[in-house]
Amino acid sequence: MTAEAATILELKQVRKEFGGLVAVDDVDVAVREGEIFSLIGPNGAGKTTVFNLITGLDVPTSGTITFAGRAIAGLKPHVLAQLGIARTFQNIRLFGNMSVLGNVLVGRHSRLHAAYWKAVVRTPDERAEEKDAREKAREYLEFVGLRRRHGDLANNLPYGLQRRLEIARALASEPRLLLLDEPAAGTNPQEKAALGDLIRSIRDRGVTLFLIEHDMKVVMGISDRVTVLDHGEKIAEGVPEDVRKDRRVIEAYLGTGA
Amino acid sequence: MQRCLDLLTSGLTPEGILQQLINGVTLGSVYALIALGYSMVYGVLELINFAHGDVFMIGTFVVLGVTGQFGLTGTSSLALVIPVLLLAMIAAMALCAVLGFTIEKVAYRPLRRAPRLAPLISAIGVSFFLEAWIATYVSSRDHTLPNLLAGDIPLYADVTIRYVQVLMLVSSVVMMVGLQQLVRRTSLGRGMRAVAQDREAAELMGVNMDRVISFTFIIGSALAGVAAVLWMLNYSTNQTIGFIAGLKAFTAAVIGGIGNIPGAMLGGFLLGLAESLGAAYISNASCGIFSSAYEDVFAFAFLILMLVFRPSGIMRERVSQRA
Repeated sequence: MTAEAATILELKQVRKEFGGLVAVDDVDVAVREGEIFSLIGPNGAGKTTVFNLITGLDVPTSGTITFAGRAIAGLKPHVLAQLGIARTFQNIRLFGNMSVLGNVLVGRHSRLHAAYWKAVVRTPDERAEEKDAREKAREYLEFVGLRRRHGDLANNLPYGLQRRLEIARALASEPRLLLLDEPAAGTNPQEKAALGDLIRSIRDRGVTLFLIEHDMKVVMGISDRVTVLDHGEKIAEGVPEDVRKDRRVIEAYLGTGA
Repeated sequence: MQRCLDLLTSGLTPEGILQQLINGVTLGSVYALIALGYSMVYGVLELINFAHGDVFMIGTFVVLGVTGQFGLTGTSSLALVIPVLLLAMIAAMALCAVLGFTIEKVAYRPLRRAPRLAPLISAIGVSFFLEAWIATYVSSRDHTLPNLLAGDIPLYADVTIRYVQVLMLVSSVVMMVGLQQLVRRTSLGRGMRAVAQDREAAELMGVNMDRVISFTFIIGSALAGVAAVLWMLNYSTNQTIGFIAGLKAFTAAVIGGIGNIPGAMLGGFLLGLAESLGAAYISNASCGIFSSAYEDVFAFAFLILMLVFRPSGIMRERVSQRA
């Protein structure tokens, strides 16, 4: 990666108020193409709201969000998925009553082009696309190590594998930018290590990663750059080594010198 | 007391029961087709589309119109009857589909973020509108088709199945199998299931929710169009038929577990069976206290019992366990 890679996602003076509460306070964030970027901060710092603004679940009160040179604030979620933004959730939100493969196929939705009426009459091109989608879905399951579980109900997977399935489902949309919302939450140390490897291998496929994370170890180990948010406000930004030493960060987030 | 027992056993012949089972299953297949429309919409929107029965009613009038155009009578040859019925089915499916799509767009979509009671009231309004429109501008009398497919196939002893009943069963089973395939194997079906389980997550995965909802209405309404043709082969219609048939199909959907597609089919068949067996045997079984005129009472008593003892229906709705 060159020192000055192009910016793929930029938030400028983004603000979100819910009633009188300021959840995100004029935040600037710039994510460069091909990096692993992390946004950290204590609970209630407004991290998930930032993701909701980027993915179209919420509309910013003010400010601009640019993705690949295009203003995206206010676009609908399914349009953003089509543009190349995918995400996972802090509280896993799989389609629990669908199979593992079915979940990944839903993730593939934005890359299917056959109109719905073609699904009703099952035209040959729709069938071919469907077959291709199944093959691709199996590849993504293979990638996250879930290929053999493809027929299981998503609800029946253990927690750690559900997190991996969410990642496979997100990758199935062939995103340029993947947002991971606390991917290490609730996982054990071995799973955390494996997660780090998985995230790096996703980056190696050319996907830019934007993480929200609570777990400092995970973040510091894999991130190229880190931004720290506290009470909706950005308090530090830089490479992990510098952020770790920042006095405001230590006060706000780590408490006393952790 | 002895007289009652005699009465009860005298009516119960194997042939009689078999005949009622056949009648019940064919009636049930029509209920099931209509019930699917209620259940699919409830599955994706958690809305009881009270106008659905009236979409079916409009379908029956489309069938009347098409068959009337070609002047079908009881003596028309099969070479004319079959193509005309096919045409009537296509016309009813198409018109019902357009109507269902329009109703969603005009009456429900603007209220998507409103309190849940608002679209429900809007649905009842659409229902009244369609009934009043037919009564005012088309007809407020009863209509039946001439007996188009007379004749039957002997099955066992003097038990027979009529051609019409065969057609009803075959058509509805074909439609149900097709719908199952659609829901299980296509992107549209996956979109519907995903929206039903977690609307937001589905949108974030690239599912265009509005389009999925539109297609849910289109498909459910087209099935009501098929039901309209089958209904007209055997029963009569007027502008209020949507209320009665619709209420029964809704009952079937609840019995099966509303929101659940196989459940709606099962509920339809069960209700059809309960109704025809009830009508045939209730008089003898109750020692002459109830007559077959009580058949509707029993259909709805079935609904009440179901709601009291197993409100989630036979096939428990799993979609409702959302986070």
